[in-house]
Parts: sequence; C-alpha cells; structure tokens
Amino acid sequence: MIDPKHVGKTWPPYEVEIDKSQLRLFAKAIDETRPEYVDEAAARRAGHPSLLAPPTFAIALAAADPNGLDYLHDVGIPIARLLHADQRFTYHAPMFAGHRVAVTRRVADVYAKKNGALEFVRFEMEFRDAESQDLLVESAMLLVVRHEATP
Amino acid sequence: MTVPAIGAELPPLALPPLSRATLALYAGGSADHVPLHIDSAFAKAAGYPDVFMHGMLGMAYLGRLVTAWMPQAALADLAVRFVAITYPEERLTASGRVVEHDVGGVPERIKVELLLQNAAGETKLTGSALLDCGRTRR
Repeated sequence: MIDPKHVGKTWPPYEVEIDKSQLRLFAKAIDETRPEYVDEAAARRAGHPSLLAPPTFAIALAAADPNGLDYLHDVGIPIARLLHADQRFTYHAPMFAGHRVAVTRRVADVYAKKNGALEFVRFEMEFRDAESQDLLVESAMLLVVRHEATP
Repeated sequence: MTVPAIGAELPPLALPPLSRATLALYAGGSADHVPLHIDSAFAKAAGYPDVFMHGMLGMAYLGRLVTAWMPQAALADLAVRFVAITYPEERLTASGRVVEHDVGGVPERIKVELLLQNAAGETKLTGSALLDCGRTRR
C-alpha cells in the first residue's frame, strides 16, 4: 500500500552534465541517425552549440539520479510490479551536449483503483539550466503498481 | 511555414522487429537499468513471458516520427499513454495526424495525435504532440 502521505515529497536536487557519448548511445538505441543528433560539426552548422538532445532524452537525466532508483523505494514502489502508465514532457528550451542540468523531483499524486489492486504514483520533474536556472523541460510521469496477475 | 491542414498525416515510421540488442542499447543509452527489460529470468520471475520494451523507447519512436516531420524547435509538448506491452520480435509502426489548429488560442500551435501499433494493429502507445509551426528554426 503506497501511503498518500508521500504527496508533496521532494528529494534533494542533483546536477548532471549532458555527455556527448551518452547522447550518441541514446541516439543509436532509438536509431536516430540525423546529423544534428550524432555529428557535432553538423549540429554546429545547423546553429546548435553542440549535439542536440532528442525529445525524450530528459528521461536519461531522470535516471542519472546519484541515488539510483531509491526514490521508488522511498515511496514503497516494488520494481517487479511496476509499469509506466503515462509520460509527458513540456519543452521550454532545447538541451545540448555539455549542458549542465539541475534536476528536481516531487510526488504530485498517489491514488488507487480497483480496491487497491492498482496503485498510481505521479512524479513531476523539472530540468533547469544549472547556471541560469532557466527552465528547460518539465516532465510528468505516472507509474502504476499492479497487485494482480501480470499480462 | 504553412500550417499543416487538419487531417494531414505524418509520414509513418516503420521500425524493424524489436530486438533484445535494441533493449540492451536502450537500457544503456537511457540509463534505465530496470531488469524487466534486459533480464529474461527476472522478467519471468515477475510473471511476464519474457523481457519487454521500455515504454520510453516507444515514446522515443514517436518523438522521431514528429521531429522527422517538423524540426524539434517547434515541439512544445509531447505526451503518451502506455497501452500495451511490446515483446521482442514485434514490428512497430509510428503514425500521426493533425487534429487541431490554434490549440489553446495560440496562433500556429497545432495538435498531432500519435499512435504506435504492431503489425497486427494492436495499439501499444497513444499520444499527442503540440507543435508551434512558427518556431521551426533548427
């Protein structure tokens, strides 16, 4: 049972620098081959300061938490029963290789359905330029914990 | 640029059959090391027939669909719902179409409905993107 008292819970912010090699690996994994995502010279020619991070790359910064998946344990989410229910990114400014990003995470909502057979936790995150504190990307993620037969 | 008409379809993105190698690469690239996606023994012990695709990889494919059609600078919002699990060897296609103009009263902001389906037509992800057609500098 995930305790609704966790709504509003936050964790200490952390900073992460967007690494060129990780951007290239991310691009390779999603089979993104266009030059602005993988070729730095081409990205500069296109007017970017460096390699451009694809739209869903912020999820890798969410996973770069120095405490790993502790935030799931902290609210009582068992990984083996966990599924991702929905995800939203809202974009304010692009992210590039070399960008130093400050990341915050909070629990926005906790609720249950089917008499507790399904439990939901919504996390909201902000990704800001670590220097200017300008907002780059906002994220909202709904996780579901299934206390019933898996599919 | 001209604002695409309502009903206009994005050129679909047909993906190769999902491989375990892709799941391993995505686990590394996204730093999502949840073993349900890369460790068959763990996935089976958790009650699944096999490892399955990171939902976020499906969202990344929808992101590719959109940014191949319009520069990423135009993308204001991308949202998905994960509808069904995708297993290795499934063949996915991403598609989308314009459904709304002047979203929220913002001129040149359009809404695109997104869909990720397998070859049998089973829906894996649904979603939407908001794009500002005026903001298309790459």
